[in-house]
Amino acid sequence: MTSDPVLVVEDLTMHYATRAGPVRAVDGVSFSVERGQSLGLVGESGCGKSSIAMTLLKLLPDNARLVSGSITLNGVDVVPLSENQMREHRWDRISMVFQAAMNSLDPVYRVGDQIIEALEAHSASAPRDAMERVRELFDLVSLDPSYIRRYPHEYSGGMRQRAIIAMALACEPDIIVADEPTTALDVIVQDHILREMQAIQRALNMSMIYISHDMAVIAEVCDVVGVMYAGKLVEFGPTAEVYARPIHPYTKALMSAFPSVRGEKHDLATLPGEPPDLLDPPSGCAFHPRCAYATDECRTSIPPTAKHGDQWATCWNPVADVDSE
Amino acid sequence: MSTVNTQHAAPTGLWRARLRLASQSLRESWQLFARTRIGIIGLTIIGLYALLALAHPILMNTVWEPRTYDPVVGYAFDETQQPAPPSLKHLLGTDPLGRDILSQLMFSARSEFLLGLLAATVTVVIGTAVGAIAAYFGGWVDTLLMRLADIMIMMPAISVLIVLSALIGVEHFELALIIGILSGFGATGVVLKSQALSVVVKPYIDAARAAGGGHFHIILIHIVPNLLPLSFLYMMFTVTSAIFSEAVLSFLGLLDVRMSWGLMIHTTESAGYLLQVTDFWWLIFPASLSITLLCSAFYLVGRSLDEVVNPRLRSR
Amino acid sequence: MNGSSGISNPPSRTLISAVNLSKLYPVSEGWFRRDRSFIHAVDGVSFDLARGETLGLVGESGCGKTTTGRMLVRLTEPTDGQVLFNNESGDLEDIAHLKGAPLKNFRRRAQMVFQDPYESMNPRRTIFDTVAEPLHVQKIGDHSERFERVSETLSMVGLTPPSSFLFRFPHELSGGQRQRAAIARALVMNPSFVVADEPTSMLDISIRTGIMQLMGELADQLGISYLYITHDLAVARYMCSRIAVMYLGKIVEMGETEEVLRNPVHPYTKALLSAVPVPDPGADREPVTIKGSVSVPVDPLPRCRFYDRCPIADDFCRDNDHPPLEDKGAGRLAACHKA
Ligand SMILES: Nc1ncnc2c1ncn2[C@@H]1O[C@H](COP(=O)(O)OP(=O)(O)O)[C@@H](O)[C@H]1O
Ligand SMILES: Nc1ncnc2c1ncn2[C@@H]1O[C@H](COP(=O)(O)OP(=O)(O)O)[C@@H](O)[C@H]1O
Ligand SMILES: [Mg+2]
Ligand SMILES: [Mg+2]
Repeated sequence: MTSDPVLVVEDLTMHYATRAGPVRAVDGVSFSVERGQSLGLVGESGCGKSSIAMTLLKLLPDNARLVSGSITLNGVDVVPLSENQMREHRWDRISMVFQAAMNSLDPVYRVGDQIIEALEAHSASAPRDAMERVRELFDLVSLDPSYIRRYPHEYSGGMRQRAIIAMALACEPDIIVADEPTTALDVIVQDHILREMQAIQRALNMSMIYISHDMAVIAEVCDVVGVMYAGKLVEFGPTAEVYARPIHPYTKALMSAFPSVRGEKHDLATLPGEPPDLLDPPSGCAFHPRCAYATDECRTSIPPTAKHGDQWATCWNPVADVDSE
Repeated sequence: MSTVNTQHAAPTGLWRARLRLASQSLRESWQLFARTRIGIIGLTIIGLYALLALAHPILMNTVWEPRTYDPVVGYAFDETQQPAPPSLKHLLGTDPLGRDILSQLMFSARSEFLLGLLAATVTVVIGTAVGAIAAYFGGWVDTLLMRLADIMIMMPAISVLIVLSALIGVEHFELALIIGILSGFGATGVVLKSQALSVVVKPYIDAARAAGGGHFHIILIHIVPNLLPLSFLYMMFTVTSAIFSEAVLSFLGLLDVRMSWGLMIHTTESAGYLLQVTDFWWLIFPASLSITLLCSAFYLVGRSLDEVVNPRLRSR
Repeated sequence: MNGSSGISNPPSRTLISAVNLSKLYPVSEGWFRRDRSFIHAVDGVSFDLARGETLGLVGESGCGKTTTGRMLVRLTEPTDGQVLFNNESGDLEDIAHLKGAPLKNFRRRAQMVFQDPYESMNPRRTIFDTVAEPLHVQKIGDHSERFERVSETLSMVGLTPPSSFLFRFPHELSGGQRQRAAIARALVMNPSFVVADEPTSMLDISIRTGIMQLMGELADQLGISYLYITHDLAVARYMCSRIAVMYLGKIVEMGETEEVLRNPVHPYTKALLSAVPVPDPGADREPVTIKGSVSVPVDPLPRCRFYDRCPIADDFCRDNDHPPLEDKGAGRLAACHKA
């Protein structure tokens, strides 16, 4: 496969300035997403997943500081862009489905009108074409066209999430960032939406970054997965390989902590403790206080990268065979 | 752990924790409050008037000779003509009856504060009770209290007070009670109810019920404390409306009060000086300015407390 | 486990049983309207819960799980039906409409753990105040005895040493610690029955397993029975010996957990099960065949509640009343004309 990256992120570091000091929410993260590929970001809450998403779109709160790094979107580094310039990229090239998306529709406007407004802000299409496009979009996300002229409160949770996805797709972006889009939904509705998102992504050959805390959802949706811990990517690789043989003890622990409805009922492994406070992350490898394999090196020094094919992890004591560097 | 130990550890530990929470939230609230300039301006004005009120009895007992400076029955024998313009002995001049205006102003400040605080306390006690009870019980209790509130809100306070003061003698104390009742059963009660509604749906209310807690326990322990910040905010607004109503009623000569800012303007008016502002400015400006300043001061403090209490209003 | 039947445990072993329990909520309480509509939040639900047993109540949100749980601990008064509770003297007592002192007394034996650890504790009260509240309102023990009891309970739920938690406020605890404190509050009076309403659904995975294990251990140690409400079948699998699947106010399937998961009978259970994502990138899951989402059961028509979404429904299902919960062999109960 020839490499055609839509998004290249290099050494991205973003801190939140607080009275107690900087919160290192994104700490030297690098990855790239190919055209048509879907990347999953997984990890416990507070590991900086949403912060990465917000940074990619440059939709950051006032106390956020983009310390270093580059975000290359279709060959353009968006980090130095002004808010006005960035606005042209948002929706057109990169768009987003937020974590609390269910509440991000404006309750006083009809859903169709909200999508048309987004469309008109980004293209010079005539109102009639815009309406046509909204119909197409509703069709794409399996919403009944009669709902175009209804208000958000008339929608169920799942339908609202579909409308949000339709809106994110409105300008045919190259890449869509979805932050826990189904976390608040019931399994059956989640299943419908996951399948639709996958189908749309394939049909439009769009790239996607899918953020979730649920290993199973990531397994179903993503070609490539990045595991986050304490603001850093600690493991990265093709989903099949990472799930088959995780290198990082954190990845392994996450996977075995999930109860499963299928197959043998295995004992649940507990992952002791909680993710660290990013104001003052542990020294060395941030995972060492919770890691069963931790040694002195882990406590004092930043771990090296351990590789296996396309898969890599930053760990002193990998739990799977790795190639020596 | 020995029993002796725990018996003492429990209460002291609890009180220490409660104090810690109180001081912590006070500190945080103060920081938020201090960031809004209007609040500080309001607080400064209130502080200045409080100093004036406190200084009055001290001055009367030391440098001010009561026969000359008494705000009600004094007479400035040292002036040949009344009202006398400001002089070194009478910094703000005298009124048409020969009384020292600065002394009147300072004496009244104290009663304005007492009036405001009493009215605010009555309002908040009633408003909190009404809000908590209406929200907690709902049903016909709620309907009854809210219809009552509608009546209170629809009645214009000033006209009610005018009628009442014509029927019965109204002094500061009665005035404070009436304002407190009107506002407590009226607008303040409604606002506190809507806040209480957001508290009664919290699972900790259910948990208290599941524990076997009675109505009184739940209202007193769980609902009322969560209404206090908002109650405090509404106290400030009540003070403003109490001071203002007092001024209007005194100006109309409807209150049986010995001295107040409104009464000072009333005296000026009945002596026929009200329209000669340029020649007799000291008869009007000190009192009217004080009314305006103190009313606005409490309003400003209220506005800035609003930002502390309602996080959604916080500017960053 | 006594899983061979849904509603015929021998009386001595039964702790609590719901008999034809219903809860209707009026839709709009208009003053002048006579023709009122009702949400049938729970509609004729019956099950037994044995001593020490954990029954799972699963289903999508809006199916009436919380309402059922709240009726069993009498936070909600049933519109119809009975809640029989086996009290200390071994008699079955209907608590559905208790009032006053008997109700307060019942509360010592039935408690609830709520879903949201962030909202289930008064932010202005210390952990001690919160956990001691049941002892306080029930006037159990004096101050130092309560202090002892609260400390013991906190260590039991893994908040050790208790002295470092007693005088903290909820916002000074993490989500998992808060949920442990909430469990301590429910257990401080030694209840025999606890309704756990999605106690782990808002917690992170690493914390979730810890809480699940804790609740399991406590059930074994103290002989508590749980009604464990969850929308997550995987969680139910680890917590419950039996599960009941609810749909729009009705139990549509009930049986031993492993049995139900291995071989679901009702099309709704099948759909729920096949919708759970698999943490294996290679796996190909059966597609979910049902459409739409849970509606609000306002004055439901006299037909199968699942008719609108059912992939196998036919005219018989449309024209006949909601099927009864019947034995479909091997102790499995299901409510379906077609199964
Ligand atoms: N505006 C902010 N100011 C300060 N800290 C923040 C802010 N937003 C998020 N954080 C902190 O940054 C860390 C990462 O948060 P987030 O990106 O939301 O993680 P995730 O999405 O993985 O749960 C957390 O510790 C969170 O508390
Ligand atoms: N207090 C209430 N008033 C009116 N309707 C309610 C009330 N509580 C629940 N309902 C309705 O009853 C149905 C079942 O709700 P609930 O028991 O909360 O379901 P679940 O816990 O399974 O999500 C829903 O349709 C809900 O809207
Ligand atoms: Mg997040
Ligand atoms: Mg529920």
